[in-house]
Amino acid sequence: MGRVKFNIWRGNGDGGQLQEYSTEISEGMVVLDAVHQIQAESAPDLAVRWNCKAGKCGSCSAEVNGKPKLMCMTRMSDLPQDKPVSIEPMRAFPGLKDLVTDVSWNYRVKEKIKPFKPRKPDNDDGTWKMKQGDIDRVQEFRKCIECFLCQDVCHVLREHHLHNEFIGPRFMVYTAALEMHPLDTEDRREQLKQDDGIGYCNITKCCTNVCPESITITDNAIIPLKERVADRFYDPILNFFRLFTKSDK
Amino acid sequence: MAEYEKFQHDVLVIGSGGAGLRAAIEASATGVTVGVVSKSLLGKAHTVMAEGGVAAALANVDNRDDWKVHFTDTMRGGQYLNNWRMAELHAKEAPDRVRELEAWGALFDRTKDGKILQRNFGGHKFPRLAHVGDRTGLEMIRTLQDHGIHQGIDFYQEYTVISLLKEDGRVTGAFAYDREKGRFKVFQAKAIIIATGGMGKIYKITSNSWECTGGGISLAYHAGAELLDMEFIQFHPTGMVWPPSVRGLLITEGVRGEGGVLRNSEGNRFMFDDVPDLYRHQTSDNEEEGWKYTQGDPNAKRPPELLTRDHVARCIYREVKEGRGSPHGGVFLDIAWIKEKISNAPEHIKRKLPSMYHQFKELAGIDITQEPMEVGPTTHYIMGGIKVDPDSQMTAMPGLFAAGECAVGLHGANRLGGNSLSDLLVFGKRAGEFAAKFAQENNQAPIPEQQLEQEAKWALAPFERGQTEENAFHIQGELQEMMQDLVGIVRTEEGLGDAVNRIAGYWERAEKIGSGGNREFDPGWHTALDLKHMLTVAESIARAAKERKESRGGHYRQDYVEKSDEYGKVNISVRKADDGSMEVKQVVKDPIREDLQQIIEELG
Repeated sequence: MGRVKFNIWRGNGDGGQLQEYSTEISEGMVVLDAVHQIQAESAPDLAVRWNCKAGKCGSCSAEVNGKPKLMCMTRMSDLPQDKPVSIEPMRAFPGLKDLVTDVSWNYRVKEKIKPFKPRKPDNDDGTWKMKQGDIDRVQEFRKCIECFLCQDVCHVLREHHLHNEFIGPRFMVYTAALEMHPLDTEDRREQLKQDDGIGYCNITKCCTNVCPESITITDNAIIPLKERVADRFYDPILNFFRLFTKSDK
Repeated sequence: MAEYEKFQHDVLVIGSGGAGLRAAIEASATGVTVGVVSKSLLGKAHTVMAEGGVAAALANVDNRDDWKVHFTDTMRGGQYLNNWRMAELHAKEAPDRVRELEAWGALFDRTKDGKILQRNFGGHKFPRLAHVGDRTGLEMIRTLQDHGIHQGIDFYQEYTVISLLKEDGRVTGAFAYDREKGRFKVFQAKAIIIATGGMGKIYKITSNSWECTGGGISLAYHAGAELLDMEFIQFHPTGMVWPPSVRGLLITEGVRGEGGVLRNSEGNRFMFDDVPDLYRHQTSDNEEEGWKYTQGDPNAKRPPELLTRDHVARCIYREVKEGRGSPHGGVFLDIAWIKEKISNAPEHIKRKLPSMYHQFKELAGIDITQEPMEVGPTTHYIMGGIKVDPDSQMTAMPGLFAAGECAVGLHGANRLGGNSLSDLLVFGKRAGEFAAKFAQENNQAPIPEQQLEQEAKWALAPFERGQTEENAFHIQGELQEMMQDLVGIVRTEEGLGDAVNRIAGYWERAEKIGSGGNREFDPGWHTALDLKHMLTVAESIARAAKERKESRGGHYRQDYVEKSDEYGKVNISVRKADDGSMEVKQVVKDPIREDLQQIIEELG
């Protein structure tokens, strides 16, 4: 493929600029390979976060030619060769250095979501019975590798910076996995409505489109959660019955 | 004297993969304070890449299974160099450790009657691996992470430990830096658990992630702990070989467990041609029976593709070397052929092996439901590591514990697939339990200020030197090439001697690395510091491999191709001598307990 030009973001939280590099590209290389090669050849202090280089850990998220991608799963041969490839950090999070962003907000959000609370075991040996058909949809959510690309692309976070009011698609998926877990007995609907800001999502499906694990975030996680919240808080008939019963799950 | 930010915990865990998280959860449950230091972000450790499953004799799929069979399989797989007590504890406790994950939210694939499903894997007599498609490691680490964050544990993400601190023959803490700003940090602790995983990154072709630099093994060695069995490296038989940039990336053994077969360029299933005596009575001699085994026929014997990893890897190496390889220097692994056997094969493959399908489609442009994969051996795992007490996981250094891949004992000369995920649960829990107990019974020893100053000076030396000719990435690259060539799947006396000499050269060059950058998130500097660990571990592997003059499990000597009874009685021990040199010697194994020997004889 020959020598390819790159414009890579260099800077820190206070600012920075795109800097030009070039390196030799061989068959099968992914964007992360090119970044490593540049690091070894001419920029040993170029900061990039990565772990597995196999699309399994979700560490090397960045914006390649403006699109949120895992650098390890983006092949150079799939990018246009007639202009420099731009690589920038995820813009929905504060920059730390170069391609590395401060994603600690995500970890704080997760801690606030009510944890898994299983029902009593079905069997004396402490185990449960679950049918495969009943866990299929939760297993889809549990494929998430926490790359936070869905958070990066969500306009509520990216453009409107409502990090204090909206937990973002990743944690909608996380909450959905808990709520739809066959063993879970916790009720997170009030939390979803009040603290998590589920109403902010206007289902534009940008998150679903960038998910490297192809999780149907909007249709399978967020919309069903919205329905559960609506049933809980806005169903007039159910509300009437709730006057006489205590059950609300 | 410089002032560094200090943290104090009863128990400090280094590493946040499966073993580290399981240890932290257990220690925290006893009421002691726990800190976890990790090089990466939480949930990103190498455990995330484990694919096939976690081995535990739950007997959900075949009720003939129990701990004794699992124990026997583990010992045979390890060619009896295993620590028998660890193999016993592991086989007995793995089922409870797996069930416990379910109570914390894990969702394993199910049997028809709603129990945890188990699959076949190399060297396991019965279907034993609980799994979630081919992403079992992700399910496990996420379960431990999501449970762990509600247990009052303090997590220090993207912190790297430079060295352990010692006072009066005891560890008292760790000296570290945060990757973001490069500032030094001091951790005081009454007990420390090392759970830093493996060292694949000292080889060129590896399935391991960047952080697998052998850090914890080296930290323990330099603090005075003993290393054992360092010569035993697992080369997983099936890594990707094409394109070059993904060479080494793992293809789960689950492909073969689901019916995938190995063929050479002549179309032969060459694994039928070479079945070791130890496994002959357990292995099928025809293709039809092998297929039936993978589909759960309890009366069928396993196909030779599911022999132990050391053996399969060597057979592939031989096929390639003798000119029967695939175009890019591997052999063919074919799962697409099962369409001859089942009607909805492509959908079945995608459901059972989703990440394999994805990985080949995205990275190699190959549809595994239609065409074979090209595969070859890749550095995957180190059986050797830090010597620990089998029950408590404490090393020879009081207060220093180790668990998971960085510790040694369970796997002997070769690890069975699925036994690493159960290893980290069983011994992670034990390390957490006993480290907490140690912390409750002992006081905090003081921090040695003088050692802090020495370590800080050493760590900052690359900046003092400024930009120089030497660059950490280059030395690392040369080390990886050299280890691959000389200390890889086939070894010789001459090659190993050469390796030791070259490592001495890398040590000298590492002292000349300079950095023109600053301390903020500087990968060049981070790699320079990690290089000390990589060189330490590489040297211990090469020296131990030179000492063991026989072939067994993950150690194959071209000049000593046979197994020797003499070497079957010893482990190779590596320790830092008083003068700072690396001391290698043979230590005689403890004789196995009689009742366990009886189990092996009855079930073998």
